[in-house]
Amino acid sequence: MTSAEKTITLAHGAGGGAMHGLIDGLFLSAFGDMPLLQKEDQARLPLAGLQARGDRLALTTDSFVVSPLEFPGGDIGKLAVCGTLNDLAVGGAVPLYLSAAFIIEEGLPLPLLQRLVGSMAEAARQAGVTIVTGDTKVVERGMADKLFINTTGVGVIPAGLTLSVAAARPGDKVLINGHVGDHGAAVMLAREELGLGGELASDCAALHTLIQPVLTQCAGVRCLRDATRGGLGGVLNEMAEASSVEIRLTEQDLPIRPQTQALCELLGLEPLLLANEGLAAMVIAPEQAEQALALWHAHPLGRHARIIGEVRAPASPGRLSLIGPYGGARLLEVPHGLQLPRIC
Amino acid sequence: MSLNTDFRDADRVRALLAAMTPVAGRVAARLGRPLQIMEVCGGHTHAIFRFGLHQLIPDTIEFIHGPGCPVCVLPVAAVDQAVALARQPNVILASFGDPLRVPGSRGSLLQAKAEGAGVRVLYSPYDALTLAKAHPRKQVVFFAIGFDTTMPGTAHSILAADRAGIGNLRFLCHHIRLIPTLTALLEADEVKLDGFVGPGHVSMVIGSRVYAPIARQYHKPLVIAGFEPVDFLQALYQLVLQLDQGRCDIENAYARVVADTGNPAALQAMEQAFESGVDGHWRGLGRVPGSGVRIRAPYRHLDATGLLAVAGPGKAADDPAWCHGVLTGRIKPDQCPLFRRRCTPEHPVGALMVSSEGACAAYYQYRPEQDHPEEARRD
Repeated sequence: MTSAEKTITLAHGAGGGAMHGLIDGLFLSAFGDMPLLQKEDQARLPLAGLQARGDRLALTTDSFVVSPLEFPGGDIGKLAVCGTLNDLAVGGAVPLYLSAAFIIEEGLPLPLLQRLVGSMAEAARQAGVTIVTGDTKVVERGMADKLFINTTGVGVIPAGLTLSVAAARPGDKVLINGHVGDHGAAVMLAREELGLGGELASDCAALHTLIQPVLTQCAGVRCLRDATRGGLGGVLNEMAEASSVEIRLTEQDLPIRPQTQALCELLGLEPLLLANEGLAAMVIAPEQAEQALALWHAHPLGRHARIIGEVRAPASPGRLSLIGPYGGARLLEVPHGLQLPRIC
Repeated sequence: MSLNTDFRDADRVRALLAAMTPVAGRVAARLGRPLQIMEVCGGHTHAIFRFGLHQLIPDTIEFIHGPGCPVCVLPVAAVDQAVALARQPNVILASFGDPLRVPGSRGSLLQAKAEGAGVRVLYSPYDALTLAKAHPRKQVVFFAIGFDTTMPGTAHSILAADRAGIGNLRFLCHHIRLIPTLTALLEADEVKLDGFVGPGHVSMVIGSRVYAPIARQYHKPLVIAGFEPVDFLQALYQLVLQLDQGRCDIENAYARVVADTGNPAALQAMEQAFESGVDGHWRGLGRVPGSGVRIRAPYRHLDATGLLAVAGPGKAADDPAWCHGVLTGRIKPDQCPLFRRRCTPEHPVGALMVSSEGACAAYYQYRPEQDHPEEARRD
């Protein structure tokens, strides 16, 4: 890669010198770990290290498409690392390895790609995981929206740990670790279509260091999910349905930033259905809820953690209900299609 | 007062409910039936369910969810026109977000977008000017819908586009006026109403005085309300007091936003850009005389109807008859045989299921009190 090259061209994906220059000059130097540096067609991972950590392999994959590519609190690179790590972490897995595949639209500015890859490498380094294999494709202008990233994560689940979305029981408490809807609101503001200012930042973060102490110290954790697309409302509906219980939240206890609330009021959106990228929802046995809360409060990503509701016997099985400030209840359905801003 | 605290204050809400309950009971006893109150605006319908007010307001008051959601009353023909335009090569059809899901006879704008039509979501009609400037080789069409609330924005944009001489922007206007609609409702035999909770946003533009004929000619009281729980309950309380005292006035319980004379600048722009008195066609209600508008002659070059060689609805029928029943208060949404069966927010059959402010969508999303009998009527 020479300093004269300012944008990605089809040559960067053609298998020739330009492609090798991109891989060596950008990806390998950013991710720079073995076994990636061995340049084989596959990562070769020692089994002994995996076996020492648990009795099951956890494998997950996710593709990341976001516009804009950079937003307050994160970017697509950080998102692609944290999102996949969180999918491992909420299964109780210790995340270890990642793959990274890039689909790049011709014309993407190289400095931007360098920033995003650097951000990805930094997020992986901070999380203590290694990017061990990858792929790069360049497609013609108009065939993709600037950049798509796919990451696959490998982790190990310690023996004896079983979390399931179907394990919630009446009496259990529901905890979350932070504010609701920050990512969705921050990305909407960053698109600048609204002409609104605002200081909201995405909550994009890898949650495994927040989650693992609770899992090792509290045997009563039943369900754990990160509330990404579909928001907290989507995840809790899923838990309620799979467990055949009702989950009931107290609306006033929900930590929602005033800026997020105001944006939702303006557009007629439901904050509980906005995406998050660093928010975990946990259902835990009632006698351990306070202990788990204290553990989360002690972690930087759990400072705003709260108990937001409880699991109830199935008067309305499979449903998520909210008790409003005046005692009236409303149900929150699984989101249907896109949330669209209203006319007035 | 702070929007998110004082106007949602639980003590104020409880006090208003406590004051309202005996008065409404007295009026209902006198009438021998519950009071029939129409909340005209879909925003109020949404607020009633969003804040669980339907479980707290005494059952001596029955709500008739009015036609005041512009998305819900958008006729099939209008959607078909927008879809047809969006499908034309080199056209960008720009719209607010929520009309995108409204079903037309050849599908919705969202479906057309998925099939490659040029559809863009805007948050303001002014953004259409920017869009047109950014795409000089495309024909940009702004799908302008809504009551008097959104008309000033369209009017200003028409005037601005004319001043700037933007040659590639047109407006597909399906705006409707509220007052002729209320009049048409009151003329209809099947609608039995005791009074109206008046729409806050529309009134911000048109003011409170223009409602005088509703009280004078049709003898129905109307109180204009804001959209926070305290706003809404205050207006409802004033309405119930009027009925108890045998008064029939237009009152404004949203004076912090609504002036008696409305917004003169907005009204002037509307008057300059639009000609009123045109018949409007509404989904569920049919033709409503005098409720439509037309772009005035000096700005006719900005009217997208000239582009519509392909216009006209497809062969499918309009909404099911049940929608008309809901819009006129003859049935509740959950009494419709299609509700939650064939008609859901994901696959709306009728337009009242499309917008979050539609009566059916509000019923669907928030579910009335039978789901939570233990909470119902808790003070």
